[in-house]
Amino acid sequence: MSYDATFRVWRGDASGGGLQTYTVAVNEGEVVLDVIHRLQATQAGDLAVRWNCKAGKCGSCSAEVNGRPRLMCMTRMSTFGEAETVTVTPLRTFPVVRDLVTDVSYNYEQAARIPAFAPRPRDKDGNHRMQQIDVERSQEFRKCIECWLCQDTCHVIRDHEENKAVFSGPRFLIRLAELDMHPLDVTDRRNAAQEKFGLGYCNITKCCSEVCPEGIHLTDNGIIPLKERVVDRRYDPLTWLGSKIGRRPKD
Amino acid sequence: MTTTAPRGTGAVTPGRGSGGPAPRRATIPARTLRTDRWWLQPLLTVVALLLFIVYATFRAFQNAHYFAEPYISPFYSPCITTACEGDTFPELFTGPTWISPALYILIFPLGIRLTCYYYRKAYYRSFWLSPPACAVAEPHRRYTGETRLPLLGQNIHRYALYAALVINVILFYDAVLAFRDETGEWGHMGLGTLILLVNAVLLFLYSVSCHSCRHIVGGRINSFSRHPLRYKAWTQVSRLNARHMQWAWASLFSVAFADFYVFLLATDTINDLRFF
Ligand code: SF4
Ligand code: SF4
Ligand code: FES
Ligand code: FES
Repeated sequence: MSYDATFRVWRGDASGGGLQTYTVAVNEGEVVLDVIHRLQATQAGDLAVRWNCKAGKCGSCSAEVNGRPRLMCMTRMSTFGEAETVTVTPLRTFPVVRDLVTDVSYNYEQAARIPAFAPRPRDKDGNHRMQQIDVERSQEFRKCIECWLCQDTCHVIRDHEENKAVFSGPRFLIRLAELDMHPLDVTDRRNAAQEKFGLGYCNITKCCSEVCPEGIHLTDNGIIPLKERVVDRRYDPLTWLGSKIGRRPKD
Repeated sequence: MTTTAPRGTGAVTPGRGSGGPAPRRATIPARTLRTDRWWLQPLLTVVALLLFIVYATFRAFQNAHYFAEPYISPFYSPCITTACEGDTFPELFTGPTWISPALYILIFPLGIRLTCYYYRKAYYRSFWLSPPACAVAEPHRRYTGETRLPLLGQNIHRYALYAALVINVILFYDAVLAFRDETGEWGHMGLGTLILLVNAVLLFLYSVSCHSCRHIVGGRINSFSRHPLRYKAWTQVSRLNARHMQWAWASLFSVAFADFYVFLLATDTINDLRFF
């Protein structure tokens, strides 16, 4: 079962470009990345595309398919009608290198800014002790494959380039949450979350959660709890008072 | 690999920002390439919320038909002035007659709904179009989110929750009073009793499933294993919290419906269905 599909693919680089239309064969069971590869093999030998695992685990093949940030290797062709034009464009939020490949170094710069994990001293016998239920919340965020789809979708930087200077993006807000919830970590990142990483810019409109291919609940389980922790630290007079009179230690 | 993204280069594509595309991004003039009906969700939200606001405003200012023995409309409870119809709550003071008693307490439901994390998402998206849907450009030139006043004030949400919990208790009390009949004898139950009870339960679930509640009961703790009871509470609240949006809409609908039912009784449009 094979048919000819119409694909519009963005071709170009930082100096300019546009959508080009191709007709390309699609076989049963294929994903968008397969079709892009066939295009590369048969018609557009110089089409630049980044990919690696074809299993939704490396986070390399991020692009926008019919305007929606997606992993190309996890987007089945069967979700489109045979007559439907499939439009594939590079991530909009980052500078384009060529065709479908973007320069995502903004994300690595943000990653480098986060204060590293700082565990409390070991117990007397030299061990660190914690229970599974203590780290479960943090572990949800460890599923992240760093595909940057959430970063690409977040309107704070997608629609406002200038905010890249003050906002780290959803992936790094959940990194902060992960560390702040960690039972062994002793660094207080709450002030930094607000002042350095731009937590206040997020208006919890949940697009990051909508696009995450790992199904991480970025907003509900990471960003909102982090906002609440920041309220404890900065905006709630009662918890502030509690911590002053020693009724409320960090944990 | 090329060099890093330029910073602070001014606004930006692909919305109507300051016009031209941001430096070195792919030039895609379309505001979105989405082909699905992404505008449907914000549209439905606007329609539903506007309908509620119009109805609730009309009823709050109407200052009549909010009490039909033994039921009081949730819009008017607690009714705290001497001008109140019925006798469901201590009358604390005498206000000017032209001020509807609903207005004194309006701030409480309004406070929690306005600062609620779910409703924030709903109105930022559908009223403020920031963004109207995912990967659809917003029309604003600048964006500062909740970093400054007045939106920084959203951080008081937990106080709005505390107040709402007090109102929750009062609405349960109203539902209990609704087990009396017109003469004040206990042992009555009508459709109105059921409606007030369901409404109180839904509003309570809305409050308990709140993100701030989830944080307060246990979310703020880092070592759950050392606080087993709070861990249990957090687990339960988390379960409810996953459906917070549904509770928000269900309780919004039920509160309007409960009010409407009392309105119908108070205007003698219908008679209460009596169970016993
Ligand atoms: S919820 Fe916040 S971080 Fe996530 S996409 Fe929306 S604004 Fe960005
Ligand atoms: S949080 Fe999800 S969407 Fe964001 S980078 Fe990680 S896997 Fe991708
Ligand atoms: S190729 Fe690895 S995620 Fe798609
Ligand atoms: S009531 Fe919705 S988050 Fe608190």
